[in-house]
Amino acid sequence: MKTMQTNVVTPDGSVYSGETEMVSVKTPDGELGIMPSHLPLVTPLAIGAIRIKKDSKVELIAVSGGFMEVRPDEVNILAESAERPSEIDITRARAAKERAQRRLDEAKRDNIDFKRAELALKRAINRLEVSESKI
Amino acid sequence: MASLKDIKTRIGSTKKTKQITKAMEMVSAAKLNRAQSNAEAFQPYTDKIREVVSSIAAGTEDVSHPMLKEREQVKKTGYIVITSDRGLCGAYNSGLLRETMKLINERHKSTDEYGLIVIGRVGRDFFKKRNMPIFQEIIGLPDQPDYTDIKSIASTTVEMFDDELFDEVYIHYNHFVSAISQRVTESKLLPLTSIGEEAEASAPKLDYIYEPDAETILEQLLPHYAESLIFGALLDGKASEFGARMSAMRSATDNADSRIGELTLKYNRARQAAITQEINEIVGGAAAQS
Repeated sequence: MKTMQTNVVTPDGSVYSGETEMVSVKTPDGELGIMPSHLPLVTPLAIGAIRIKKDSKVELIAVSGGFMEVRPDEVNILAESAERPSEIDITRARAAKERAQRRLDEAKRDNIDFKRAELALKRAINRLEVSESKI
Repeated sequence: MASLKDIKTRIGSTKKTKQITKAMEMVSAAKLNRAQSNAEAFQPYTDKIREVVSSIAAGTEDVSHPMLKEREQVKKTGYIVITSDRGLCGAYNSGLLRETMKLINERHKSTDEYGLIVIGRVGRDFFKKRNMPIFQEIIGLPDQPDYTDIKSIASTTVEMFDDELFDEVYIHYNHFVSAISQRVTESKLLPLTSIGEEAEASAPKLDYIYEPDAETILEQLLPHYAESLIFGALLDGKASEFGARMSAMRSATDNADSRIGELTLKYNRARQAAITQEINEIVGGAAAQS
């Protein structure tokens, strides 16, 4: 089966690098699956999980926003943070989730803190889901 | 002349200082290694963003973004100054701060024309003492900083530019040339004019599809890019800091060595003089008796 080089890079270093069969990501407009020989494409990513398929096995990586650049034989994902399930600190994510929920209850809608807390909550939920491999 | 005991005490204390500076040199060498590998790990991230941004700028002519354009009138300039938290690193901070002061004094007449964003305790204290306008400060960064450590200060700075609080942002830091050489560097962070020039020079390599469209992507990508440049300068500065500290500590160790040599020589001379004097006294005493 045809494969493509896939790289997941963050400012703190590379998280994933290898030949894969398919990559599917979550964009602000919905899910997007990329297979080898895709047309060149650039798109932002939403907070969510990347699924990387290799040898019929699926690997999950939690990303907190970022970008994807696609070339026919290469996929580059640039994320502010990206973690594999084993790297996720579950207790920290749980604490972050609770904190964010508390802030959401306190803060009024449409102020900045509310948006921040909302994003923090999304990131925490995403981490927890990826760590439990629910997706 | 110092007594034998005095000299001995001084040799002892110099030896102890040497042990400390030697240890600090080795610690800095180890930290330098890690700082360098951090800087290397980060490089692909900026390179990639840069590549995508310049190919968007090159591929689509009608796309423009306020962050790419030079402002006609520069009312206020921002300076990001990256210093260390601790001293004992030679001219690392003093050279950088002197250069920054010189540039600011040349360019601006009053404190209304610029603002400072300071990273590191040494720089913060320096500017605070001189009553210069500090907009943001961050101290106590770890030796191996993460992107999240710098994220809030970086994004606020980019927002300040966006809100036209600043019309230009420069970044001052020590660029890592080698373990024994660091160069004070000023680079222009915003507006990102260099990307536009680069895009004109290189023809677009690939015809990308932009999802949803090129402008939305630029809007999200450019702040990221500017933030990552700040982080890159910080990593570069950290590597320089350890390099500077390492060479400062190495020369301190060398100085201690030569000082110990001098003092030992002095000690031996004084000891010999004392012995000679004693013999003379004995011989003189014996001669007087006979």
